[in-house]
Amino acid sequence: MSRQGAGADGSIVRDRGEVPVLGRVANGMFWMYRYLERAENTARLLAAGHRMAITRGEDVASEEWKSVLTTLGQLTAYTAQHDDFTGAHVCDFVLRGKGNPQSVLSMFERARTNARTCRSAITAEIWEAVNEGWMTLRDLLARPVRDTSLNLALAAIRRESTLARGATHGSMMRNEVYSFVRAGTFVERADNTARILDVKYYLLLPSLSYVGTPLDTGQWDNVLRSLSGERAYRWLNAGRMEARSIAELLILDGRFPRSLAFCYAALRENLDALAQLHGQEGPAHQLMNELEERLTGRTVEAIFDQGLHQFLVEFIGRNQAMANAIAEQYRFNE
Amino acid sequence: MDAPSPATFDEMLAPDGTVREAYRQYHHWLSQQDSAGMRRKNFEAESFFRRTGITFNVYGQDDAEERLIPFDMVPRIITAAEWRKLSRGIEQRVRALNAFMHDLYHRQDIIRSGRLPERLFRNNPAWLPQMVGLRPPGDIYTHITGIDLVRTGSDEFLVLEDNARTPSGVSYMLENRETMMAMFPELFTKVKVQPVSNYPRRLAASLSACAPDCAAANPTVAVLTPGIYNSAYFEHAFLADQMGAELVEGSDLRVIGGRVQMRTTQGYKPIDVLYRRVDDEFLDPLTFNPDSVLGVPGIMDVYRAGRITIANAPGTGVADDKAIYSFMPEIVEFYTGEKPLLNNVQTWRCADPDSLKYVLENLAELVVKEVHGSGGYGMLIGPAASRKELTAFRAKVLARPDKYIAQPTLALSTCPIFTRNGLAPRHVDLRPFVLLSPGGVEITPGGLTRVALKKGSLVVNSSQGGGTKDSWVLDE
Repeated sequence: MSRQGAGADGSIVRDRGEVPVLGRVANGMFWMYRYLERAENTARLLAAGHRMAITRGEDVASEEWKSVLTTLGQLTAYTAQHDDFTGAHVCDFVLRGKGNPQSVLSMFERARTNARTCRSAITAEIWEAVNEGWMTLRDLLARPVRDTSLNLALAAIRRESTLARGATHGSMMRNEVYSFVRAGTFVERADNTARILDVKYYLLLPSLSYVGTPLDTGQWDNVLRSLSGERAYRWLNAGRMEARSIAELLILDGRFPRSLAFCYAALRENLDALAQLHGQEGPAHQLMNELEERLTGRTVEAIFDQGLHQFLVEFIGRNQAMANAIAEQYRFNE
Repeated sequence: MDAPSPATFDEMLAPDGTVREAYRQYHHWLSQQDSAGMRRKNFEAESFFRRTGITFNVYGQDDAEERLIPFDMVPRIITAAEWRKLSRGIEQRVRALNAFMHDLYHRQDIIRSGRLPERLFRNNPAWLPQMVGLRPPGDIYTHITGIDLVRTGSDEFLVLEDNARTPSGVSYMLENRETMMAMFPELFTKVKVQPVSNYPRRLAASLSACAPDCAAANPTVAVLTPGIYNSAYFEHAFLADQMGAELVEGSDLRVIGGRVQMRTTQGYKPIDVLYRRVDDEFLDPLTFNPDSVLGVPGIMDVYRAGRITIANAPGTGVADDKAIYSFMPEIVEFYTGEKPLLNNVQTWRCADPDSLKYVLENLAELVVKEVHGSGGYGMLIGPAASRKELTAFRAKVLARPDKYIAQPTLALSTCPIFTRNGLAPRHVDLRPFVLLSPGGVEITPGGLTRVALKKGSLVVNSSQGGGTKDSWVLDE
């Protein structure tokens, strides 16, 4: 009394394209890729900070490390444990600090736990990439990272995250789960870019009159390096270094993969796919539309007129609201 | 290799040192391998398991959130002819077990006929009065059964226990084969082995065939896990993935509109078949343990209404009871009308005064087990026990004789394992996995071989230091 088309070998032919993913799994996937993205961006930020610290004097270094913590939102947690801002302490805290739930190691661990919890939503290749990545970083970060091996450790973090993303790109069905994977990635990336830009700009630009004038190239190079944007910037602006064109690249240039505009184009693609699958758009879509409007059809001058800091702070808040709307709309939680 | 003990049956070497038929091709291949290379392979196996995340959790060990079951890379080999004979006995036993469950929860003919004392299941915590008169879809109770077999001679396989509650370990059967194929690809071109990899697909098909009448044409099958901290979580996730089924937790599920439904991104959607890896008592807080958060409140009402399939059916654990086991020869004959093709290990029920007397007089030679026990916990191995342990166990048996059965200390067969000093014989058992649906019985060739890694040890349980091997049934 077999009730479906059973093949000769007992296999069933069935298409489960209609069955939507579990809310818990959508949540787990969304956050797994947020953690991976954040771990990677944190490594970039530390690498740029390290470069700055070794090329400048002690005071600049200390300020730089402080701004890294501010960008990551870990300043309060850090100062509860330390009263200086040395590279060794800051890197240790951010990478593997005991009692720091936002450390790179615990983010990778959470990404792996989510992968385990949602094991049947991902491919074996993704699982192995994340599991091996976690094992590698766990060993690498078992002891404090020495100054001489910091760059190797940071490169390893970026590499493990890249491998997981590559496995995802190359092995995963472009289905509903994938849309949540990508949405999580770009919500996080947009947030990280906006934070880095905000903190750096705030610190580096004493007054608006500096916009458009030649600047301390070392500091601005550092902003670009934090977002792996130095090469793109050089390619677009050979021989120049100015606040306006940097902001333009990191906010509005849809060709640069860490810009806000790029992240929102990618978000649109994935929220559109979800809306199509579910037969309707929801509040998250609404919020995305509003945010996207702020990023298209505007000049960087208009943003400066409004005030860059204000623009970024609003962006970060609304981006977060949109992430919450996604969670609500797609029943991430009971 | 160390010579096998003459008193035990070694599956590779005959007492005169000649290689048995089953291992002929493998042994030939092995003799051509260099030992340094084999040692390297042994090391690779562990990293393979770590990478793929095949781990289990051990209760009561702080640092052991995820551990590996040791894997031995010498396969356990059975010939096609041996397997054919075994499968017939297994199929007979599984059909009898399912019929027994149906009878026990309906007319109880076997009790009326006087073949089985009623107290045996009445006193059994796995017996569920809530199941009386309930008809599971397709009348299937034991969708998945693991029959633990031991071998004592070239032609003698005995059943050591039946696992009708929630047999585990099938993921190791599958991953051990994958590991072997990754490590020794050329070996599989030289020795033809029957594949095991279609087990998950057959499991999905077999469970779908048991779907309730209200199910859609393509039933939705879900694996219910207690979550990532459960010792067998890897297996739950692995099977769901391989079956293409949903992997759900209790918090994903709710009873809505008389169906068990799961919370999806588009709201609640019904489930047709629930392959649950959650124990009976946690399944429904409204019916069983009220504190359970692992189950689904009200699922038993849905089950009673015939609107979901639960695999295995609640209450099948009664068949795992070792006192019931001692009646399996009678049970098989009662329901199949045939003599059992597979024998039990000789068993003394301590509830019976003559047997109790014998057991107490021969305690130092026997293995004594709790009737409701499992996993190798709470048992006495007479020959390995100290005088003090024997005295303590004697008191326990005397206090509650009905809680114990005893068996002779078997000369379990040995298979070679790979050690630092070359091959060495170790005791093994075998757990074949059996699927039952209205469409019939399906047995995956081979199963899970568990091996006692300590020299002379008879305890193969992974929770007690046992390991596993890839189990081969040779092609015809």
